[in-house]
Amino acid sequence: MTATLTTTGYDVEAIRRDFPILAKPLPNGASLVYLDNGATAQKPGLVIEKMVECLENYTANVHRGIHALGDRVTTELEAAREKVRQFIGAAEAEEIIFTSGTTMSINLVANAWGRKFLQAGDELLLNEMEHHANLVPWQQIAHECGATLRFIPLTADGRLDLSALDDVLTDRTKLVAVTGLSNVLGTVNPIGEIAARAKARGALVLVDGAQSVPHSITNVRSPDIDFLGFSGHKLYGPTGIGVLYGKRKLLEKMDPFLCGGNMIRRVQKMSSDFAEIPSKFEAGTLPITEAIGLGAAIDYVQSVGLAAIAGHEDSLMRQAYRQLSEIPGLTIVGPAPDFRGGIVSFTVEGVHPHDMAELLDRKGVAVRAGHHCTMPLHDWLKVNSTTRASFAAYNTPAEVDALCDAIHYARKVFRLA
Amino acid sequence: MPREFARLYEVSMSDELYDEHILDHFESPYHKGHLDHPTIAHEDKNPLCGDEVHLELLVDENRRVKEAWFDGHGCAISQAAASILTHEIEGKTIDELKEFTAPHMLDLLKVRLTASRQKCGLLGFKILKTMIYTLDERKPTVSP
Repeated sequence: MTATLTTTGYDVEAIRRDFPILAKPLPNGASLVYLDNGATAQKPGLVIEKMVECLENYTANVHRGIHALGDRVTTELEAAREKVRQFIGAAEAEEIIFTSGTTMSINLVANAWGRKFLQAGDELLLNEMEHHANLVPWQQIAHECGATLRFIPLTADGRLDLSALDDVLTDRTKLVAVTGLSNVLGTVNPIGEIAARAKARGALVLVDGAQSVPHSITNVRSPDIDFLGFSGHKLYGPTGIGVLYGKRKLLEKMDPFLCGGNMIRRVQKMSSDFAEIPSKFEAGTLPITEAIGLGAAIDYVQSVGLAAIAGHEDSLMRQAYRQLSEIPGLTIVGPAPDFRGGIVSFTVEGVHPHDMAELLDRKGVAVRAGHHCTMPLHDWLKVNSTTRASFAAYNTPAEVDALCDAIHYARKVFRLA
Repeated sequence: MPREFARLYEVSMSDELYDEHILDHFESPYHKGHLDHPTIAHEDKNPLCGDEVHLELLVDENRRVKEAWFDGHGCAISQAAASILTHEIEGKTIDELKEFTAPHMLDLLKVRLTASRQKCGLLGFKILKTMIYTLDERKPTVSP
């Protein structure tokens, strides 16, 4: 990563006009300062309009109706799948499975791959910065299969300590599950090196892309990863839709996770044959409108340019890191800017993160406070919660200033300044 | 609903939440600490934000709360509310405290809490209610 990426030519005001919520004035006349993008991103008009178009013009089920509506909606859904394929560099559209979100994607792998292929004595390699969605499913499946969880240690500044990787990555390691971008520390993990070293040991690699996919270019074939999960709603798309990418040869060997309609080839009274991928893992009616909305969100991101968005977010993060560091009593968790994406979490001495978030809200600044579904990480940090600011395409340098001003206000309310 | 967005913020941008009453109790809590021999002690946490409150009561033979103490850590609302609670319940009997309701507890805070922050404001209250239930279960049965 270069020291500073310029954002010359990046017209943030034009981007802001694409998001209806950002044009709505607050009671004080200012506009919303939305810095909770790590939780969910706001939606551009393009996505909202596409979903309305779908609902108003071609509501039907997919892969079923012979009628014109069914034909159209199936075409739209499969076009969205193709957009996802291109967006993450997958070889084939059949390797793109629509799920309800990252959590479901990881649970699908834990159940459909883990239950079939994990045996007593096998090991799964995780780390303490993982979101509960990339930890708890593995705890459950390891318990069931007699496998063991091992953890890559963290460095003091909150990065994966790859100098210790050989201590925990062994011939018994069957899968390394790792986040592309920590939702609290902001750490960008070196997926390339991890994947290469895991492959050398014969282990599979699953990347939790919930935070990384919306904010950096992902190509599942370089570095070579086996599974990738991400959510639509953090990528300016709707909630209720997510993606599991899996390599064809793996998906074909896995048994179904959820069973029912759409995922079968032939059903008899006592047994069934299953459909080909991706249908094998898409039991029941998909969130069709949402999948089509996700396709529109990818169109939107690509029209702006993901590399440009990433550069813009990087410069906001660096500004925030610098300005927040100057606030008395404020401690940023996680590594230096060169090792992080657009997330800055912090504590402020004397103001609990929940009080902080509430007081920032009073200034129209939306952030997240709590453990961010990473309790083991907060144990490691030895704090029970943090306040998080997370950036997206539409945030501005002035909003970073507004965040800092609001933190000063909160300290005043708490009689600290 | 074109006004919906602004209306959301009309409520949440009001400045009343952290008034002097809450901050005074947060900074200088009433009876923060422990009893040597509590009649009953119980604690709970709010997993959302990690607030923890530990409550101890000294209850006399007439089932009257002689002393109430709390300990804990967390946001200002949860800790100030626990302080206000200990002050409120001292001198009251267990039976009187059965009539003590969540809206009453929220009134004592003198601020309007959003739904998510009510969990913070009611954490100590919830612990008290669990204690009252436990004390009733413990009630000595009359000897034959």
